Order: sequence, then C-alpha cells, then structure tokens
Amino acid sequence: MGEEVKVFRTWSSPFALRVVWALDLKGIKYETIYEDLSNKSPLLLQYNPIHKKVPVLLHNSKPIAESLVILEYIEDTWKHRPLLPQDPHQRANARFWIKFGEDKVFPAVRDSLLKQGKEQEEAHEAALESFKLLEEELKGKKLFGGEEIGMVDIALGWLANLVSVLEEVLVLKFIDEHKFPLLSAWMRLFADIPVIKQSWPPRDKLVTKYIAIREARLATN
Amino acid sequence: MEEQKSEAVLIGTWRSPYCQRVELALKVKGIPYEFIEEDLSNKSELLLSYNPVHKKVPVLVHKGKPIAESLVILEYIDEQWGDSPKLLPEDPYERAKVRFWANFYDQKIMPATLPIIMSKGREQEKAIDDMNELLREFEDGMKRDFPGKFDFDDSQNLGFLDIVVATYAGNYKAFNEAVAVAMSPEKTPQFWSWVNALKEHPLIKETLPPHDKLVAKMREKFYGQTTNV
Repeated sequence: MGEEVKVFRTWSSPFALRVVWALDLKGIKYETIYEDLSNKSPLLLQYNPIHKKVPVLLHNSKPIAESLVILEYIEDTWKHRPLLPQDPHQRANARFWIKFGEDKVFPAVRDSLLKQGKEQEEAHEAALESFKLLEEELKGKKLFGGEEIGMVDIALGWLANLVSVLEEVLVLKFIDEHKFPLLSAWMRLFADIPVIKQSWPPRDKLVTKYIAIREARLATN
Repeated sequence: MEEQKSEAVLIGTWRSPYCQRVELALKVKGIPYEFIEEDLSNKSELLLSYNPVHKKVPVLVHKGKPIAESLVILEYIDEQWGDSPKLLPEDPYERAKVRFWANFYDQKIMPATLPIIMSKGREQEKAIDDMNELLREFEDGMKRDFPGKFDFDDSQNLGFLDIVVATYAGNYKAFNEAVAVAMSPEKTPQFWSWVNALKEHPLIKETLPPHDKLVAKMREKFYGQTTNV
C-alpha cells in the first residue's frame, strides 16, 4: 500500500502511548522516532510548531498533533477494529468521558504531583471526586468500551500504570481497592491486555522520572 | 406520540457562547428545537438530572437522551443528522486540522480572556498582549491549514470552526465596551475581518445576543455593576 506511518514519542509520554496503543490495536505498522524533549529535533518542531510536543503522528507526510485529535484521526482513517461505538449517542457519551478525563482527572492528578500543602490536598480531593464519577460510569461494564477496549479506555489508560507510580512517589493513595473496586479491576484488566502490557515503560525508570519532576518543581517554589 | 421523542431540546442560557454553538449547528442543519432558558443561579432539576457530572449548559436532549459539552454536541449533531450541510469536512486529515484548532481556541484563546477581565492597568495590558499573541498564532494557523478560510462570504454554509469562533469572538464589541478594548483589528486584521464577515451571516446575526443586553450582563457578571437597561 506504500503507507508511511511514523510516531514521534518519548520513552515515557503517557499521551504518546495512546497513539501507540490505538495503532497496535488496529494492527497498523509504523516507525517510531524517540524524541529527547530537552533537545527537540528540527522535524518535531516542523511538524508541531504550535505546541512543540509529542506525540505527533505522521501519515504519508501529513503531521497530526494532540493525542486525542490523533486518536480520532486514526479512527477516521483505519475503520477496522473500531474504537468508538457506531451509535451517535454512544459516541457522544464516549467523547464526553474522554473530555472528562482530560479536563478533570488528569489536571487533578498532575497537580497532586506538582503542588504541595493545601494546594496538593485540594488537587488530591479533586482527583478522588473524579474517580468516583469514573467508578459510576463503569457500572455494569468491565471496560469503558464494554467488552473490548475503546477510545475511552485508551484515553484513560495512563491511570492503569501511572497511578501506582505516583502513589509510591507521593506516598499518597489515589485509587483504593475498597473505595473504587470497579476502577481498580479496570486498571488491572487494562494493564494486562497483551497489546497494552507490551508497551508499558519500565516502572523503576518512571518512579525516578516523577521523583525528579516533583523535586525540580518544589525547588522552584 | 413518536414526534415528541424525536424533538430536540436545548437547555441553555441566552448569553452563553457554548449554547449559541449548539443553536447554530441545529439551525445550519435545519433541525427544529425547543430552547429552555436555564437560570444558572438556581439550577433546575431538569439540568441537574441531564448533566449531573458538570451541572452546566448547554445540554442537548434528543430522543430523551442528554448530551453535554458543546464540541461533543456539535460532533453528535453532525453524525446524527448526517445529511448536508456537513459541519466537519469528510477527509480525515481536514477533520483533524479542524479539531486541532477548535481545541486550541477553547483551551488557549477562551481562557485568555479571564486575566483581561480580572486585572487592570499594566497587568491588563500584558494580558491583552498575551491574548493577541494567541490570536496571531490562530490567524497564522488558519492561513496555513485552511487556505481561503478568510474569504468567507455569508452565502456559504457555516462549518465547525466558523461556529466555534463566531460565538465568542463575535461578541467582541460587547467585550470591548464592558471590559477593555482587548480585541483590536489592527493586531490580527485577517482574523477580525473574518469575524466581521461571519457576523453578517444571517444565522449568526439572529443567534448572537443583543449588544446592549450583553454589555449590561457582562458588567453585572464580571464587576457586580447593575444598570437600568
């Protein structure tokens, strides 16, 4: 077919992992280009001049940036093994939860890492509140996509591995098995799916990375 | 009767640009709808039951089922009523570009108005400069990704980005009067001439809130000033 698919990523970017998972689930072949964000390549800057970040998907010389936009592009382009339901209302529901993950869940967890004192407490509280809503949404389902991984699972998948890393780094509990049984079960199930499992970054490296990020942030305060 | 269930109901407020986006999308597609004006200081049971997560407007209720979040609603409308005119382009790459810039507008440009509203003097000037920097980026992006985008004439159909931009930037005169002259055509002339062309589109003209009413509302909401209007 002569399709050229390239993924610009880093070894640990949770956003880039979304793109990797989507392509792997659909069985699309691609070349991986690892970026060093402290020394961005001219190609990355050319392909994502606005945000200068990973991931970037390059498909037949067309660059697409922003992981959630890339997921929709992958879904629009390769229609087999769909990641979104067919029904418009169910698709809207999936997009709603993807947005919820981005607007509420992620910032709360991120701020729990980056802040301290009262601000950290508030971020942690907000994270727990957001997990309650995810727990509700999982009622009657084993995955957000139902029986199979869908775009919501992919968008929230960073939880399945980063939460335990951050719990270790911060000595703070996020997803307690007893408070969030469905979410805990989802994280285990998701993490164990072969396509997902094979791409997790090494845990010890992640712990080191996030300790360093927190220390750097606290040092600037 | 079956007719009842297939009716579209929009729960919103007259001054919310997010609600206006949904109205415009429904109008572009020619879908009849009922508008329920919500009092956000006293939220209805209806709103709370249809959007328990965010408790915000807009919510579109169609066939008895709610959809929330304006951009999610726009995609729903385009898919549910799949006939032309289409809000999003057909080509996946073109769609990706539209989604990228709609997100940029919502995540970067719209929040940039808040510091302008909340500050004064030098701080406000800086906030205005920051906003204009973002608008410049947006303007460049439109020229690069959508050649011909700025040659809008009101006989054209409104697309996704037209709707996203017109519903906020279209109120710039009210913002300039109520807050500060933040939106100045000289800094990003092509962007503003596009916005002015959009404002002439019949559907946008009839959907944007009336100027004086909006100025009064902005003054009340941002600065607690009440006027006899």
